[in-house]
Amino acid sequence: MKKYETPLLDELEKGPWPSFVKEIKKAAKKSEMANDELGQLEKSYRDRRGYWKHGGIVGVLGYGGGVIGRYSSLPTEFPGVAHFHTVRINQPSGMFYKTDDLRTILDLWDEYGSGLTNMHGSTGDMVLLGCRTEALEPLFAEVTSRGWDLGGSGSALRTPACCVGKARCEWANIDTMDLCNHLTQMYQDYLHRPAWPYKFKFKIAGCAVDCVASIARADCSVIGTWKGKIAVDQAAVKNYAKGGMDVQAEIVDMCPTGCMSYSGGELKIDDANCSRCMHCISKMTKALKATGEKGASILIGSKAPIVVGSLLSWVIVPFIKMEPPYTEFTELVDKIWEWWDDNAKPRERIGEVIEVKGMRSFLEAIGVEPQAQQVYEPRKDPFFFWKEEDLNGNK
Amino acid sequence: MAWLTEQEAKAKRKTDIGPPHYSKMLPPVIAKNYGKWKYHEVMTPGSMVHVADSGDKVYTVRVASPRLLSTESIRAMLDIADKYCDGYIRWTTRNNVEFMTTKEENVAQIKKAAQDAGFPAGGIGSGISNMVHTQGWVHCHSACTDASGLVKAIMDEVFPYFNEKTLPAKTRLALACCVNMCGAVHCSDIAVVAIHRKVPVIDHDLVKNMCEIPTTISACPTRAISPDPAKKSIKINADKCMYCGNCFTVCPPINIHNPEQDGVAIVVGGKIGSLRKGPSFSKLAIPYIKNNPPRWPEVVEAVKNILDTYAKGAKKHERLGEWIDRIGWEAFFRETGIPFTYQHIDDFTFARDTFRTSAAFKW
Repeated sequence: MKKYETPLLDELEKGPWPSFVKEIKKAAKKSEMANDELGQLEKSYRDRRGYWKHGGIVGVLGYGGGVIGRYSSLPTEFPGVAHFHTVRINQPSGMFYKTDDLRTILDLWDEYGSGLTNMHGSTGDMVLLGCRTEALEPLFAEVTSRGWDLGGSGSALRTPACCVGKARCEWANIDTMDLCNHLTQMYQDYLHRPAWPYKFKFKIAGCAVDCVASIARADCSVIGTWKGKIAVDQAAVKNYAKGGMDVQAEIVDMCPTGCMSYSGGELKIDDANCSRCMHCISKMTKALKATGEKGASILIGSKAPIVVGSLLSWVIVPFIKMEPPYTEFTELVDKIWEWWDDNAKPRERIGEVIEVKGMRSFLEAIGVEPQAQQVYEPRKDPFFFWKEEDLNGNK
Repeated sequence: MAWLTEQEAKAKRKTDIGPPHYSKMLPPVIAKNYGKWKYHEVMTPGSMVHVADSGDKVYTVRVASPRLLSTESIRAMLDIADKYCDGYIRWTTRNNVEFMTTKEENVAQIKKAAQDAGFPAGGIGSGISNMVHTQGWVHCHSACTDASGLVKAIMDEVFPYFNEKTLPAKTRLALACCVNMCGAVHCSDIAVVAIHRKVPVIDHDLVKNMCEIPTTISACPTRAISPDPAKKSIKINADKCMYCGNCFTVCPPINIHNPEQDGVAIVVGGKIGSLRKGPSFSKLAIPYIKNNPPRWPEVVEAVKNILDTYAKGAKKHERLGEWIDRIGWEAFFRETGIPFTYQHIDDFTFARDTFRTSAAFKW
């Protein structure tokens, strides 16, 4: 195996944070592919530019996604990375693993690829980094015959992702892992066979803390919430105060709706004016608990800035019950997809289409009534559309 | 192990089966108390305990990861999980690794074993968790900086806030190696985003053969691209181009990379959660810092400066963006000493909402 001098990358082996260079070097002991990755990366550091070609369509038979083609632009100099494709393996919901099951994937990956991974990619998939084209089919057969499958890529449903939810969090209002798994299984066809104008992402968070960043990066953000009161355990409040918490400053004064008061060691909440933001609950988790009806808010449209600016998801359905078999939700999803597919130009995300076509068009198509929870404030301008049915006094 | 032959692969392959069901992957204490957790407590920046209604406890040790992991290192982690965690392990949405155990006495041993394997504990509570990032030069054609190297350099510098010290509130760092932001870093407390600064260079011969002209023209958000019929190619109006690279994405011979001019911007004050102030985008603090591998000292220094100024000025539980909201952006630039430039004033999609319409502001 060729030995590369890597004086620049070696600088990144120093310091307390785990070093990705050490990882590449570990893989390079066994793999020519990882070794040439190291060599090419050192050259990138020297020249301050990447040496990867632009995409390339590769995949496994019958699927349109799950593998992202990647080729070096310097295949003669670094033959080990001539092909260096990405293989996305769909993670189990919540990213818990039985060690032996994960070892199975590692053994296969050492055999068929570079031995380098991302745990995990931004979508949530396990990412196997660096596979030759001819290894794709046998690797796919090995992986699927052991009960695993590929994730999504391209203009398809992307691998749904979720927070840890009820598995290990007292704040989860919905069973995020179950819903994530349900959607992943129900929509396998949409996930593996790109058939849409562009990508579509589900991310599912159990509460408004949103540990999976659904509100910033999911076309459909599902965020758990509730309709009842916040139950207060006054003895536990006293313990927080005794333990050094300034309840007035840290809890009451930071409540965005001013719906709390604290006097004589007692915490009171005006639940009708609570917006369920999770600040107080997250800071006093032993004392405060959401009660009553549990469900989710559905928000639509978030994406990164390409190309006319980032979007955060917008509240569309303020509250929906979210229990198996999730029919009310998936029927809504079908309508959302139908409208998007009918109205989008190529490479247009659903949030962008809503901006172009108007929120009313979208809400009417999916059968959701206008509700004050959908906006921060009503419009300021006097220019609004009337439809015939509005004039007839129906609305 | 030998590779499957084509025929064997055909016989073995399955499709549309999806991932294994999560219930097969859960540690017994998690499965038993699923949906019945009562509260949790952060013990140290590297450990916490969750207590269930049943009285059961699960201790979690969270450890750092560079996200780019060799199979060898993952195996080392799995061995720790076999020894102390009944053969179960978990990853977080920010790419940390979590070891869960019902025995409190295992916590210190897991921390030590992980540290010995190169993966220190931390990242829980009011501090810095792992830095979400993209592929960079390691694996992406679109990258205009490296991701892993910058993250390594920054995390080395802020490491005390990962494993021992606390900040006023949790502080989420992120890095995107181009404006596509496949890591969706645009709602982070501090994010580094790589940018171009020069109009792309067009290889007309290749454009002719490789690109669909109408698609390329419509890819431009500022309508800077028009047809060049003589060359059977396109031309770019330099006054309108803001270097987003979307044309390069649909037409590779439009080369936007420029190693001399590419670099990074720093954006600040975004958040995801709805707690207190709602979710918000990060906004521009520093428009450009030159790429300076292998350790980008100027970027590291800039991040440190913003972080230190925030740590000094913010109230308890106040996120970076909430602190800036309270003191005002004009005070943010004053306190951090960061110069305010033409690039800070928006002239794109959201510009109108950002101009000040009040006579009240700070000097």
